[in-house]
Amino acid sequence: MALTREQMAQRAARELRDGDYVNLGIGIPTLVANYVPPGIDVMFHSENGLIGVGPFPTEDEIDADLINAGKQTITARVGAAVFSSEESFAMIRGGHIDLTILGAFEVDIEGNLASWMIPGKMVKGMGGAMDLAAGATNILVVMTHAIDGKSKLLNRCTLPLTGRGCVRRVLTDLAYLDIADGAFILRERAPGVSIEEIKSKTEGRLIIPDSVPEMQL
Amino acid sequence: MAGFDKRVNSLEEALQGLTDNMTIIVGGFGLCGIPENLIAQIARMGVKGLTVVSNNCGVDDFGLGLLLHKRQIKKMIASYVGENATFERQLLSGELEVELVPQGTLAERIRAGGAGIPAFYTATGYGTPVAEGKEVRAFCGRNYILERAITGDFALIKGWKADWYGNIVYRYTARNFNPAVATAGRITVAEVEEIVEPGQLDPNEIHTPGIYVDRLIQGTFEKRIERRTTRPS
Repeated sequence: MALTREQMAQRAARELRDGDYVNLGIGIPTLVANYVPPGIDVMFHSENGLIGVGPFPTEDEIDADLINAGKQTITARVGAAVFSSEESFAMIRGGHIDLTILGAFEVDIEGNLASWMIPGKMVKGMGGAMDLAAGATNILVVMTHAIDGKSKLLNRCTLPLTGRGCVRRVLTDLAYLDIADGAFILRERAPGVSIEEIKSKTEGRLIIPDSVPEMQL
Repeated sequence: MAGFDKRVNSLEEALQGLTDNMTIIVGGFGLCGIPENLIAQIARMGVKGLTVVSNNCGVDDFGLGLLLHKRQIKKMIASYVGENATFERQLLSGELEVELVPQGTLAERIRAGGAGIPAFYTATGYGTPVAEGKEVRAFCGRNYILERAITGDFALIKGWKADWYGNIVYRYTARNFNPAVATAGRITVAEVEEIVEPGQLDPNEIHTPGIYVDRLIQGTFEKRIERRTTRPS
């Protein structure tokens, strides 16, 4: 069975390490905050100027001056720090964020990322995605493997890029893969998903090691 | 004191000299930390042909969306404009010109403008449509693109507290672009929630020093929330 959005977030959360400063993109990546493994502490960075994002506020705690990059009301946890936009992106560009989890429309075997623009559709803008793609030293892309049977893991991205050669790891609803040496390398498969299915839904060059364990959530 | 007293008495006075075809840089992220009364005053003034530099463009009936609605904006320089249906309509009809800039590049272009740096190299956008027509240069084996600084005729910011000198403190994520924007205007106008007597702000805790601020006005704020998200109490 393909993973649900929640299960993808759960698997992605296993990448978190104690003491990590982490930036979560919009969509499924945002859900990762709900699955921080017990016994570790991480700080979430919001590019509009906060590190140490806390839980959503209760109705009484709502503060219009405290939002995340998705414009949702949030809280600040103990240990949080507030800063300006230019400093926030200095953190990103300067490689200070330990882990960045982003969504994508397409990725390819060169590690290229397309996530911001579909020609012919309204272009809303890239927000901070290009800065994260260029600046992050450690990016995990979380995305749907194929939509309507059409693979999103390609030999070459068809959409305008967000960043070039920036992705080394991809988690989809079917598999966990590395990108290296011009190929996707299948590392884990979602519970109950066959290697055949992953193969048939991966357009980009795919390397299948002898052993491909089932994912632990 | 008088020479350093930045307070003005009205929104009219705060925006005196703002005329058609000027470039204005506006602080805020979404609707958080926007100089909402200054923006509303520009809508009332009716100046046209503006180039507006701001991370977003408000929503249809609030913030910079008000200026769009009255067709006062000729060109928008922003990183994300997805919250605004008027924007889409004017863009598709060719009434509005738009330059989409990665958010960190936008912040740094404004910062550079205020700091006297005419241009800088960044890896952000290399190999993407953002790089088209821009100089590329390699440093230590990595490619970077040249981005130019932004300055404005007016810079409009929103702070939490200020003293008469224009020293400003921001609150939480309402800080966002405001400190950089404050530095990049030929005339910088700050709108704040509270103006306090000299000596009431701790010099150790000033975010924007008054040297950047030309005019200061106190406002009352709606502080509209774009996505009210809560957990059960």
